[in-house]
Amino acid sequence: MFDGPLFLQNFPLLLSALLTTVEVSAAALFLGFFIGVLVASLRLSPTPALKRLGGAYIFVFRGIPLLVQLLFIYYFLPRIGLPNVSPMAAAVIGLALCCGAYIAEILRGGFMAIPHGQLEAAGLLGLSNAQMLVRIRVPQAVRLTLPGLINEMILLIKASSLVSVVGLADLTRTAQNMAASDYMFVQDYLMLAAFYCLINMPLAWCGGHLERRLKEQGA
Amino acid sequence: MIFDPRIITDHLGEIGSGFLVTLATWTTGVVLGLVLGLAIAVAQLFGNGFIRAPLRVFIEIIRSTPFLVQLFLVYYCGPSIGLSLDAVPAGIIGLGIYGSVYFAEVFRGGFESVPRGQLEAADCLGVTRWQAIMRIQMPQMLVMILPALVNLVTVLCKETAVLSIITIPELTMVLTGIGSETFAFVETLLVLCIGYLLLVEACSRLGMLLESRAGRYLQRHAG
Repeated sequence: MFDGPLFLQNFPLLLSALLTTVEVSAAALFLGFFIGVLVASLRLSPTPALKRLGGAYIFVFRGIPLLVQLLFIYYFLPRIGLPNVSPMAAAVIGLALCCGAYIAEILRGGFMAIPHGQLEAAGLLGLSNAQMLVRIRVPQAVRLTLPGLINEMILLIKASSLVSVVGLADLTRTAQNMAASDYMFVQDYLMLAAFYCLINMPLAWCGGHLERRLKEQGA
Repeated sequence: MIFDPRIITDHLGEIGSGFLVTLATWTTGVVLGLVLGLAIAVAQLFGNGFIRAPLRVFIEIIRSTPFLVQLFLVYYCGPSIGLSLDAVPAGIIGLGIYGSVYFAEVFRGGFESVPRGQLEAADCLGVTRWQAIMRIQMPQMLVMILPALVNLVTVLCKETAVLSIITIPELTMVLTGIGSETFAFVETLLVLCIGYLLLVEACSRLGMLLESRAGRYLQRHAG
């Protein structure tokens, strides 16, 4: 069941693949955050057309499975004249578009929790809409929704297991390749699961800790 | 990039069977997840430490690993421990296990949201423990957790797309298969997206209908 030398041989390979998974997730979270801020602002905009645009974005990107979205990117980018997009870029774009929709819904709750008086005061002080967004709304919304955002980060790391369909050798694909060559399915896939636990469990712990602290402060 | 409807009409039979496989794996996976989830929640709330500790570990592991990895473990590692499963049963079991821990969390929250005083009152009135769970806790909590349950059911609907990776011939696998045969990726992928959007939308509409029904039921029986 357990093969020591094989473990030692596979461990560094998985470790470097873990780096790829973390990189792609972090980049997608970063990009997705900006998409999320934009879409959440659209949804809360007073203009009906913009509001509907934001709603449509969320409807489409939350309603279609991520795997299908990634397939779309894989087959469509070459069709629209972008044949040489690197797998890394394709994966980051695919993940960011999807997680942007989820982040938008999380941030919307945070935006709505900010008292309206603050925005009126900022308006009277001469802040522009963009300044209000960057200096007043986003910092507070992030603070209020941090547990939700960390949860989204965990979901994103798990979702990144699907990026092998755009040709990126992440943690999951690397383990798949190992198992295909050495036939030690149990060992390789258990190692794979352990690696995911290694990043996600501390994140989940941090999220829970923050949530409790926010609750205590609120009470 | 002109949409050619013939690609779709020529393969209507395959697409239909793929849709049925998606529906079948989804619904059985949801039922399995609900049953397992309820069992986990009850064991966590009423069980002793010997049951609770390993359950906690199980829940943390399932929540920390991707669904795809869990599918690999069930499908490819099963034979090593003498559990050889076909793709479809393996997929359903995987979906059920994945869903169960999230359902359990929802059920647990629901049980805890019913005020303790009601159970104490029921105890004083000589209502048995089982009756109290079935007639006092269950109806109230079901209404309260309905939105969360519906949300999870739609999440599982989307996760069925991942089943194509372990070669289950559901909607995603069938349509991408047609796509690579005919090179008509525009048509097949568009149909695929619309199919999932319709499924998810139908599911959440049904959920909203149930919620308004349940809300009215509670209003009638309150006070």
